[in-house]
Amino acid sequence: MTRINLRVDQENVSDDVEPRMLLVQYLREKLGKTGTVIGCDTSNCGACTVHLNGRSVKSCNVLAVQADGAVIDTIERLADDDGTLHPVQVAFRECHGLQCGFCTPGMIMQAVDLLNENPSPTEHEVRVGLEGNLCRCTGYHNIVKSVLYAAELMQGASKEGANA
Amino acid sequence: MTAVQDAPAASPEIGRDRRRKEDQRLITGRTRWTDNISLPGMLHMAIVRSPHAHARITGIDLDAADKAINIYDVFDGKKLQDTMGVLVNAWPITPEQQAPTHYPLAVDRVAFAGQPVAVVVARSAAEARDAAELVDIEYDVLPAALDLKEAAEDKVLAHPDLGTNKVAFWQLDSAGQGSGRAIDEVIAEARDGGIVIEREYRQQRLIPAFMEPRSVIVDPTGEQITMWSATQIPHITRFLLAATTGVPESKIRVIAPDVGGGFGGKLQTTPEEWITWAVARWIGKPVKYTETRSESLVSAHHGRDQWQRLTLAATKEGRVTGLKVDLLADMGAYVGVVGGGVPVLGAWMFNAIYKWEAYQFNCTPVLTNKTWVDAYRGAGRPEATYAVERLMDELAVEVGMDPLEIREMNWIKHEEFPFTTVAGMTYDSGNYEAATAKAKEMFGYDALRAEQKERRDRGDRVQLGIGISTFTEMCGLAPSRVLGQLNYGAGGWEHATVRMLPTGKVEVITGASAHGQGHETAFSQIVADRLGVPFEDVEILHGDTQVSHKGLDTYGSRSLVVGGEALVLAADKVIEKAKPLAAHLLEANVEDLEFGNGRYSVRGTDQGMGIAEVALATFAAHNYPEGMEPGIDAESTYDPINFSFPHGTHLCAAEVDTETGQITLRKYVCCDDIGNIINPLIVSGQVHGGIVQGIAQALWEEAVYDDSGTLVSGSFVDYLLPTAADTISFEIDHTTSPSTTNTLGTKGVGEAGTIAATPAVVNAVVDAIRHLGVNDIVMPMTPERVWTALQGGGRGTATVEAAEPHFEGQEDSR
Repeated sequence: MTRINLRVDQENVSDDVEPRMLLVQYLREKLGKTGTVIGCDTSNCGACTVHLNGRSVKSCNVLAVQADGAVIDTIERLADDDGTLHPVQVAFRECHGLQCGFCTPGMIMQAVDLLNENPSPTEHEVRVGLEGNLCRCTGYHNIVKSVLYAAELMQGASKEGANA
Repeated sequence: MTAVQDAPAASPEIGRDRRRKEDQRLITGRTRWTDNISLPGMLHMAIVRSPHAHARITGIDLDAADKAINIYDVFDGKKLQDTMGVLVNAWPITPEQQAPTHYPLAVDRVAFAGQPVAVVVARSAAEARDAAELVDIEYDVLPAALDLKEAAEDKVLAHPDLGTNKVAFWQLDSAGQGSGRAIDEVIAEARDGGIVIEREYRQQRLIPAFMEPRSVIVDPTGEQITMWSATQIPHITRFLLAATTGVPESKIRVIAPDVGGGFGGKLQTTPEEWITWAVARWIGKPVKYTETRSESLVSAHHGRDQWQRLTLAATKEGRVTGLKVDLLADMGAYVGVVGGGVPVLGAWMFNAIYKWEAYQFNCTPVLTNKTWVDAYRGAGRPEATYAVERLMDELAVEVGMDPLEIREMNWIKHEEFPFTTVAGMTYDSGNYEAATAKAKEMFGYDALRAEQKERRDRGDRVQLGIGISTFTEMCGLAPSRVLGQLNYGAGGWEHATVRMLPTGKVEVITGASAHGQGHETAFSQIVADRLGVPFEDVEILHGDTQVSHKGLDTYGSRSLVVGGEALVLAADKVIEKAKPLAAHLLEANVEDLEFGNGRYSVRGTDQGMGIAEVALATFAAHNYPEGMEPGIDAESTYDPINFSFPHGTHLCAAEVDTETGQITLRKYVCCDDIGNIINPLIVSGQVHGGIVQGIAQALWEEAVYDDSGTLVSGSFVDYLLPTAADTISFEIDHTTSPSTTNTLGTKGVGEAGTIAATPAVVNAVVDAIRHLGVNDIVMPMTPERVWTALQGGGRGTATVEAAEPHFEGQEDSR
């Protein structure tokens, strides 16, 4: 067992974990952060995507001990404390970017990272940026549309911010 | 009692692109997937699976596992034999059908690689997996039946005790059932001066690959035994648990919480569910099993896997006179819950939208030593549609006509509906001309044809092809009497309850069991319109047999066309039931009341009362008429009178690099006619997702086995699901021919895209390089297969992957 200390969804947490425990297992089994899900065992599907120190990672591909000292953000705290949704969440609902919703937490976390890096992506850039996240329901059409719409929302918000 | 307000009439909910009620929890990570559920004292199960395709189990040593730390118990098939029940097939397609007994945990023999052989139950999932490594099983390896065609010849038996691999033989013959002429006659006529096209097509094996791996928890504590399962069919599961394990149905509660996709892949009663059930009951503690993706790919049922031998007869002008179909369908090692019914569902669809004189469908489901095969999105109908839409292109080439024109020459005209087909189905409505005209216009068909000609003339390295699929399908499973005639083990009705709560909220219970379809939204729209209550006030409950005591679940594009009609009936009953009470409270005669926009009004007066007020008055029950019970809730069971027949025209433009075989999708357009649309946003999602699953069959996906029967595409590294970077955006639209057999005028849409898309893509690719001598490419059309076909075709010889004339004495053409 190894002691780890990290900050998850704006709370400081500490646990003894087996060195082999994956970050996603730690989030789900130790912290009850079941918003983050497991869709495969080969790091292909991206359903478990979270942010580690502000960048997206597949949390099945990170050991919990590797996250010692890190800041982890999951889908569960993406919305504001008052429940105001993140623009990417708004866009996924608005554009019907989800059906069964199982890939959605990972897809949204990846999209947030993508837009942080590239605030006004082309359709092609969105498609390539989401390549590591599988969805079986939507055919990606409305997911791509959601991310492009989120970019618009975020651009609009930042313009408003600049004008204020 | 209140006076009528001058309120504007509520805008109809039906047809609105409402954002989904489901989404809030899904986009914030507050979802209840089965694997998210954890119970006090819950144990975890790991499964040891067979590495062999076919073997006799000669010894199982569980001692080391049993002694491992935190291990609760260990089981093999013999230990559970008397309590684990069996997995059954609900659709024996003939009375003589031969199917092997399917124990959830193998008892003395394994019949496919991946079959459960032993289980370990531990305090944690990790400890269960560790201990599973310690289980020592000895096998005596047996010859395995792996190739479908060889299995059909009984060269090696998948189950030696059965004496044959053939499960059954099922035939639909137009002459025999009086719906058309004899097929042999029309083929003979066509051989004499007409056109005969003989082809053999391969429907490769696919894996549904829903995103949420299957998970099951069984809690035997308390009076009832509760099962949570990632399933499409909680009601059927409950019934079959009772029927096969002897527990009274009333003691069983099955809950399908949030379920992450199914596509038919969760239309199954599974070994994993049954084992967890038996183990939890044995131990007396809650037990959870969640599969890994690799386990899912090898153990959850697969789809498709057919060889199709086809003989199309036509006049020399291109009018089709008949089609003869001979199918071999791989069932895998066991016959699943629908089993041979899946290919049989294609029987009424090979004739598609066309008018023929004769038709014969012959189907032989065959057992092999591979993962079982059952329903996957479309189930029998994509295979049929693929065959006929590919053949119509071949016929167009023979005749020298545009492939759209040859279709138009043969299809049912809109004024001919209702139309009884050569297969004996009566299509209620449709308009193939209108859908095709719209699709052509959206696509820019003529311009693309011109570009194709120009590039062909120029000898462009990258050639352009146009693929067409004018599909129809039968869905909305199904009229119960028809299912009875087909030996199906259940009916096809659906149930609904509408409960009027005193606060004005409406609780609606459906027997359909959504797993991504958006029922909570679309069903709310239907009920809101019918009862004249706000959309937000309607709550849809489903997927728990204790809440929804009666239902037949979600598959076969049935939830709206069957389940939606049950909602309408139940809502109408509420309106009728509340009427005497409203009349009583309004001091009016029942005959003078009319209901609209959620209010009962007294004809010719300004007196009226909202249905929510009636609900509150019912709750208080202080004042209600003699002879009436104080309740206005209602339930209803709807049995459809016919299937639903959506149709559409899908057009695909694909570019093929003739030097590398690389395929690039350039444009995909479709115009589907699914009758009246409840929520266009949800429909668009169904169409997009369906199209990509159809395209994926054409281009990427295949379950591949090696010579020893091991699934080598057994992970997401090897089984090629498309990504966002592989796909394109689509242009979709609709024409509307309302169904005439249900009140909402709706038709199913869940499977349409998948059924239509595969032949559209293959037709496009073949069209691009047909002039280079290629007339078929086996799916999935990898660059290598395209390139190989081009090399063969370029030399003027038969292409390697082509399916050439078959019936007598020729070899496997793969």
